[in-house]
Amino acid sequence: MDLIHDSLIFVWDSLEDIAPIVLFLFAFQLFVIRERIPNFRQMLVGFAFVTVGLGLFLVGLEQSLFPLGRLMAQQLTDPEFLHGVSGHVGAALLWHDFYWVYIFAAAIGFSTTLAEPALMAVSIKANEVSAGAVGVWGLRVAVALGVGFGVALGCYRIITGLPLEYFIAAGYLVVIVQTAVAPKMIVPLAYDSGGVTTSTVTVPLITALGLGLAEAVPGRSPLLDGFGLVAFASLFPIISVLAYGQFAVLRGKK
Amino acid sequence: MKDSLTALSKDALFSLRDIAPIVAVIAVFQIFVIKQPVEGFLSLLFGGLLVVVGLAFFIFGLRIALFPIGEGLAHALAKKGSAFWLFTFAFVLGFGTTIAEPALLAVAEEAAEVAVGAGVIANDEAAIENYALGLRLVVAFSVGVALLLGVFRILTNWSLPVMIIGGYVLVVFVTTIAPPDIVGIAYDSGGVTTSTVTVPLVTALGVGLASSLKGRNAMTDGFGLIAFASLTPILFVLLYGIARQWI
Repeated sequence: MDLIHDSLIFVWDSLEDIAPIVLFLFAFQLFVIRERIPNFRQMLVGFAFVTVGLGLFLVGLEQSLFPLGRLMAQQLTDPEFLHGVSGHVGAALLWHDFYWVYIFAAAIGFSTTLAEPALMAVSIKANEVSAGAVGVWGLRVAVALGVGFGVALGCYRIITGLPLEYFIAAGYLVVIVQTAVAPKMIVPLAYDSGGVTTSTVTVPLITALGLGLAEAVPGRSPLLDGFGLVAFASLFPIISVLAYGQFAVLRGKK
Repeated sequence: MKDSLTALSKDALFSLRDIAPIVAVIAVFQIFVIKQPVEGFLSLLFGGLLVVVGLAFFIFGLRIALFPIGEGLAHALAKKGSAFWLFTFAFVLGFGTTIAEPALLAVAEEAAEVAVGAGVIANDEAAIENYALGLRLVVAFSVGVALLLGVFRILTNWSLPVMIIGGYVLVVFVTTIAPPDIVGIAYDSGGVTTSTVTVPLVTALGVGLASSLKGRNAMTDGFGLIAFASLTPILFVLLYGIARQWI
């Protein structure tokens, strides 16, 4: 019963989010464009699907993935567990004793990005517009690889305490170089992929991982070190999508 | 009707495939690494089912409503030939979808708490609410400006890499003069602005606009709007932090 109640609340919440946007779009169509809304009934049905779908999606996440993911992030960063796998109880942990954390970070970054609805929307559109040159699945895997790598590297940064700016500045230097050599058509799409990844599914899970890690490692503050992971998750997809474009060109030449 | 049902069940199959990697990762880690029993297995299974159905519904609705209306409006506005309405549309879309964003609400409240802790604002309710509201307005305004800039770029054909990289250089410069307590929040707010509903609409707007203008290519010119929406909030929130020091 609770679940039905929760579902209704989530659907209502997403209705509150979506209704103003729909009203604005319809108002613009009627008063500025001064035309009737095309396929009005189909539009209404479609928006109903978007609203209910987003509501159910979120309640499902809240019910299953989020608690489990947060729990696992806690368990993997638990000092007791870390000392257990590293084998030297009592001694200080070195950065490579956290290897399960890196593997988990990469795996969860990769897999949650594949399920990101906003990324699906962009890939569908990119595939359509490029007449199939950019594959829906290829683009999503490229972005997901970037996020996985970014989150794992971000964890390494939290553990070692190296300054965030160095990584970000170096990353953008790589982006600049790649922009110069990558095929022109992929560049805008690659820049967009950075923003798309930090959406509904990925952010809550990697934030939990970052906070858990910052609490477990002595000398780190959750407040100062927790946020860096999102920045990493937005930067590395740009690099991986640009690389995807370069790779596609190389393959095409053969 | 029958076509719609086929399309919907296809979307459901696809979303099953999309969720599978997460399930696999969590299962492998639970069984082989953490080795602890999971409570409430049935409710987890049901939650997973809701995720799959919800995702399928969302994608289906996206194709039949969100994409067509976004592109249709972009085409109609381009045909109308009025830059004023195009800019207005872009700005209001960015501002309107961001001001109500739940993720932004959470970040703004958290930021106000940080600011109290750092002694930037007084610890009373009016000051906290004032600060959080100010932050939300700044971020929403910056997303409006981002879409406006993005549309301007599509119209004028300016170079996207130059604008974006130039923007980040500016961010680095402003970071050095901004108060340290605002920096983390500023970088975070770049990520929370692009929500699941905004992204498809903005993408449709860009692609629709680029494909209806002469001499523009939907692929090279239509994308890039979201890149602006991730950049400008960082810049504007940093400036907000600087401006607060003077007032």
